[in-house]
Amino acid sequence: MTGLLVIAPFVAYPVFVMRCLCMALFACAFNLLIGYAGLLSFGHAMFLGGAGYASAHAAKVWGFPPELAILFGTAVAAALGLVVGWLAIRRQGIYFSMITLGLAQMVHFLCVQVPFTHGDDGIQGVPRGVLFGVIDLDDTLTMYGFVLVIFLLGFAIIYRIIHSPFGAVLTAIRENELRTTSLGYNTDHYKLIAFVLSAALAGLAGATKVLVFQNATLTDAEWTTSGAVILMTLLGGLGRFSGPVVGAFLVVALEQYLAPFSGWVPVVEGAVFVVCVLVFREGIVGKLSAALKIPL
Amino acid sequence: MQALYAQLVIGLVNGAFYALLSLGLAIIFGLLNVINFAHGALYMLGAFVAWGLLHYAGIGYGPALIIAPLVVGVVGVILERTLLQRLYRLDPLYNLLLTFGLALVIQGLFQMRFGSSGESYEIPAALQGSANLGFMQLPYYRGWVLIVSLVVCLATWFVTERTKLGSYLRAATENPALVQAFGVNVPRMITVTYGLGVALAGFAGVLAAPIFPVSPGLGSEVIIVVFAVVVIGGMGSIMGSIVTGFALGLIEGLTKVVYPAASGAVVFALMALVLLVRPAGLFGKAS
Repeated sequence: MTGLLVIAPFVAYPVFVMRCLCMALFACAFNLLIGYAGLLSFGHAMFLGGAGYASAHAAKVWGFPPELAILFGTAVAAALGLVVGWLAIRRQGIYFSMITLGLAQMVHFLCVQVPFTHGDDGIQGVPRGVLFGVIDLDDTLTMYGFVLVIFLLGFAIIYRIIHSPFGAVLTAIRENELRTTSLGYNTDHYKLIAFVLSAALAGLAGATKVLVFQNATLTDAEWTTSGAVILMTLLGGLGRFSGPVVGAFLVVALEQYLAPFSGWVPVVEGAVFVVCVLVFREGIVGKLSAALKIPL
Repeated sequence: MQALYAQLVIGLVNGAFYALLSLGLAIIFGLLNVINFAHGALYMLGAFVAWGLLHYAGIGYGPALIIAPLVVGVVGVILERTLLQRLYRLDPLYNLLLTFGLALVIQGLFQMRFGSSGESYEIPAALQGSANLGFMQLPYYRGWVLIVSLVVCLATWFVTERTKLGSYLRAATENPALVQAFGVNVPRMITVTYGLGVALAGFAGVLAAPIFPVSPGLGSEVIIVVFAVVVIGGMGSIMGSIVTGFALGLIEGLTKVVYPAASGAVVFALMALVLLVRPAGLFGKAS
């Protein structure tokens, strides 16, 4: 996969692939929560958008260099994740999802009202800056390299989280929370940590995306984006490690190529949702894994 | 002072819609364990059916109040039979995703046909004008909405909680196999319940048509607030949805007068508060 991604900008339009990578990281972070901890967060856009605004502001108004702006955005998302997670973990299952949706709406509302976000206009003209004081990110190919490194880093972090004792406990919680509690694990604790990690990584994706496109918009914090990330993960394969990456690339490509017929985008996305839920629950990677008989 | 009362009435009217919609959601969830994300889109459908009846067939408000809910109810029954039924044995989250997808499709199709700006629907002649109550002017139509929604909500509560049919429905949620063994046709009851739940949304849509612009975004503007109402009220509780719906509409109206900037977020802030103090919801049963 890394090989494909390295040659990608020479084959396809680099900004498009960068967008795919950011959304793929976002989807992987989301998948950490739903695929491995079994928690469906319906408001994950609040971390993408919130971190985006934070790092945009840091880079443009406070003059942070790119690496610090991204770190700041990630930290903001993690803090937000702590608050939201602490509130949401109090309930389980569908209630948890509803709570994340409600709190995401509140964050969206804040994004609209708070003066520094400039409401509908968003924060424009965010400087990409000079990485570590030496690497100029204004060059598209250099930026692509940076985004690729961030994506691979995030991907590696998620891999490490999943394949660790912590990840094993998360899977146990997803399968049978009562039994995990009876084994002596404080499941609320684990769920909260997973939530914060997922939020932080989603924030990383959001902060990077803002630097790529050099603006922070409201759309990133809207619930339609939360819906889109669920679609990406569902299409690619819930709980499959590379599922969200495949799903993200497909959905971003779909939105890009349907752009001239923008009216069709929600209809097609909705239809894909319906079809996936009814007959394609394992997702693309799941089906591939079953067909090739290898674990993916 | 006039402004305060006027805003409170508007708030109560909004609350009436929250109550009607969350009632439908609570029924569908309480009795089917399905989170009907498509509820907003079906509410919008009801409004459009009413508009379509007037625009294309010259059928006015009165008959529309009966026809539109029927149409939406039938659509609901078809959706339930063909799609939702297949997912009952799975995690309820899949139904949430399915209805979310349906909402996107329905809203997207209407958006392509009608665009984002709304169609207008005139207040029926019999309900135009307003009454001077001394301390404020009350538009007849708004008063009508308040009364009729209260009646419908209480009637639904009565049927579900105090009649034999209601008790069958509630028993079927707890133990469908056992109830079926007693000879009750549970799948059919479930289908009818879903149809009734969305018919309530369609009814709300007809009520909404003269007040709000009939646009494809009608449902998505309100559905998330309605979810918050259901979480606050307690998800399976019918009386909870009714009371919380009206109360939250009132609170939102009050906030618009006192601190307008916060009016969009007050419902969610209350939701967060309720979750801290009483996670099961105000009227819900702690599980």
